[in-house]
Amino acid sequence: MIAEAGHYALVLALGLALIQSFVPLLGARWGDPALMNVARSTALAQFLFVAASFAALVTLHVTSDFSVVNVFENSHSLKPLIYKFTGVWGNHEGSMLLWVLILALFGGLVAAFGNNLPLSLRAHVLAVQAWIAGAFYLFILITSNPFLRIPNPPIEGRDLNPVLQDIGLAVHPPMLYLGYVGFSISFSFAIAALMEGRIDAAWARWVRPWTLMAWIFLTLGIAMGSYWAYYELGWGGWWFWDPVENASLMPWLAGTALLHSALVMEKRNALKVWTILLSILTFSLSLLGTFLVRSGVLTSVHAFASDPTRGVFILLILCVFIGGSLSLFAGRASQLKQGGLFAPISREGALVLNNLFLTTACATVFIGTLYPLALEVLTGDKISVGAPFFNLTFGPLFVPLMIAVPFGPMLAWKRGDLYGAAQRLLAAGIAALIAMAVAWAWARGGSALAPLAIGLAIFVIAGAIADLVERIGLFRNPFAISFRRARGLPRSVWGSALAHAGVGLALIGIVCETTWNSEYIGTMKPNDLIPFAGYQLKLDNLSQRQGPNYREMVAAFSVSLDGEKLSVMTPSKRNFTTRGGASTTEAALLTRGVSQLYISLGDSTADGGVTVRIYHKPLVLLIWYGPVLMAFGGMLSLSDRRLRVGAPKPARGLRGLQAAE
Amino acid sequence: MTRKQRRLTMIGCALAVLAFAAGLVLYALRDSIVFFSTPSMAAEQHIAPGKRFRLGGLVQPGSLVCGGSQVSFEVADGSAKLPVTYKGILPDLFREGQGVVAEGALDGSGTFRADTVLAKHDENYMPKDVADALKKQGHWKDDYDKKVAQNVKGANCAHGG
Repeated sequence: MIAEAGHYALVLALGLALIQSFVPLLGARWGDPALMNVARSTALAQFLFVAASFAALVTLHVTSDFSVVNVFENSHSLKPLIYKFTGVWGNHEGSMLLWVLILALFGGLVAAFGNNLPLSLRAHVLAVQAWIAGAFYLFILITSNPFLRIPNPPIEGRDLNPVLQDIGLAVHPPMLYLGYVGFSISFSFAIAALMEGRIDAAWARWVRPWTLMAWIFLTLGIAMGSYWAYYELGWGGWWFWDPVENASLMPWLAGTALLHSALVMEKRNALKVWTILLSILTFSLSLLGTFLVRSGVLTSVHAFASDPTRGVFILLILCVFIGGSLSLFAGRASQLKQGGLFAPISREGALVLNNLFLTTACATVFIGTLYPLALEVLTGDKISVGAPFFNLTFGPLFVPLMIAVPFGPMLAWKRGDLYGAAQRLLAAGIAALIAMAVAWAWARGGSALAPLAIGLAIFVIAGAIADLVERIGLFRNPFAISFRRARGLPRSVWGSALAHAGVGLALIGIVCETTWNSEYIGTMKPNDLIPFAGYQLKLDNLSQRQGPNYREMVAAFSVSLDGEKLSVMTPSKRNFTTRGGASTTEAALLTRGVSQLYISLGDSTADGGVTVRIYHKPLVLLIWYGPVLMAFGGMLSLSDRRLRVGAPKPARGLRGLQAAE
Repeated sequence: MTRKQRRLTMIGCALAVLAFAAGLVLYALRDSIVFFSTPSMAAEQHIAPGKRFRLGGLVQPGSLVCGGSQVSFEVADGSAKLPVTYKGILPDLFREGQGVVAEGALDGSGTFRADTVLAKHDENYMPKDVADALKKQGHWKDDYDKKVAQNVKGANCAHGG
């Protein structure tokens, strides 16, 4: 009954989406507010029905109703409750339902909080949202229905892939989808603007918070996914340049560019056409990501060709939306008036440079991800494009971008003073040189480029600090005045400084981890002692333990430093009784500052020992603290009242403090 | 600067960056991509020792020798076999009779020295290169599947687990 109700709710949502696709547009054409307002009700109702449908699937999973194919294939009655819940989106059908749930959520948010949008703009935006939603409801209902029943229900399910039975699954996909799908809003706004043939700075003011929100979630989602891979896969890698990862990196790069170009448009009313194009491209890359991950084309081009319904359907959605929006763009872009002149050396110029490098970097990732697919389809040759390709293309493009980052906020709008900015960045430059020298002196082995990269990262961080110091006049004014100025500084200034510093922080982590990571692989027996990276590790014992749906072998290591016992680390290896005896490695992590000691277990040997893999990863946590800081900066910016449309204008007296903006 | 000059400066910059990126991509595509090969393809092509490639196929049942962290096994594709050595921990999903992809190079004696071993499959997923290669040779879903079915849990290096 519940499955059928969920299915029916989804059909109703599709019906509502169809109404929402054209009624508001007719209303906008005829200037009829009542018809335009239909969009608001349908968007909210759509969200309710999709939420009901999603709730139905959650109920089926939690109650282990194995008469439903989706539950049978991905659940098991002994699975812990949390994984019964998260297992809902640990499979194709469920994750698509989560996708549309989040899409409907965003549509609902625009409907609920878009009261200050011009009526016809809101009608257009929601209609475009409904096109996307409708296409994906159809996709789910026709090719990926999660509510299908089995005629003869089995007693037990086949369980969820053990690798997915982890708290990471609870957080990573929803975050990532909030990011991916969140970009649909800026896409809808862009299409609405093109359809209306009207765009101004206010448009950017409406779009920017939505883009920023999506960007924050995507940043956190990618970072979370990377950390999950790091601790769950058992070999300490955190980024593999895997097509699935690239699929999320591409919208992130384009979205970051969009964030910056929307700023130019909002403040200076320039780069309109480019911003619209970026909005379209960003969401197109999100759709492409969905296609790559969900069509099975990555698993095998041939699997895709032999069971093409899903892949072809998403490919069709992809072509219609990307092709349609780009043609609309080509036809209408020339009507949008350009405004806001600026010199190449200016804040705008710096942001254009940022966009240039980010989109080019995005293009190289795009080529590296799709080239093997294209080559296989065209010639049948199989190649793998891995880390060396991306290090060689992505790296050199990021170096000039990182050098430019601290200059951007220092330059004035319209016409900047590069020499002045360089003077103000002198301290940051010196800090960078010192960092390079220190890294050089300390480094034992590793690439000669590493100290340079660390210097670059320090330059970015020190540049962000220098910008804040400059704005609040620290050291030039009495401390009390600086403090007052710091409190009066717009949150978006703090936000961008923190986000930029986050990039530098992540870079330090990446460089240190890849350059000075040490590794030990060997066999250990109980009471064996090995010295490793300054620590002493002793294997105390090996034991067996029974979990809810697995058995595990647990090893206990005592870790000591200079004769002092620090901690006991207990990595384990789990064997799941279901899924043909699949096993997973649960690594043990010991955090010291921002560095980590990492132990994962291999197989046990005939003579009672076990193979172990031990890593010391210096400063590895910075890789994820960086994105967290970026996201925090984004949130600060988002909470800036000046970003809120319709927020009362700040009093005149405060204006003076913002002159630097 | 006139408006036109400004525009030309920007377009010039953009083109310079794009040309730089295109150069990087072309260079990287020539030098840092890795081709995929099965044991029989490797035998036909006479790949030079030291040249990196990805070797894919099925782990020959009965060929796995575990010596602590040093393991050796054979990769087969139905018509040819290639011995592989690997120092390190095999992935969780590594089994005899199952698909595997190893990355590395041949040494002088014709043994494939792998530095990475991937066994990214569960019961209904096999590395795509392996599946395609097996299909091409007509071994897909026939004898190998049955063989795997016979000894449901192909041996891996685990003992008493």
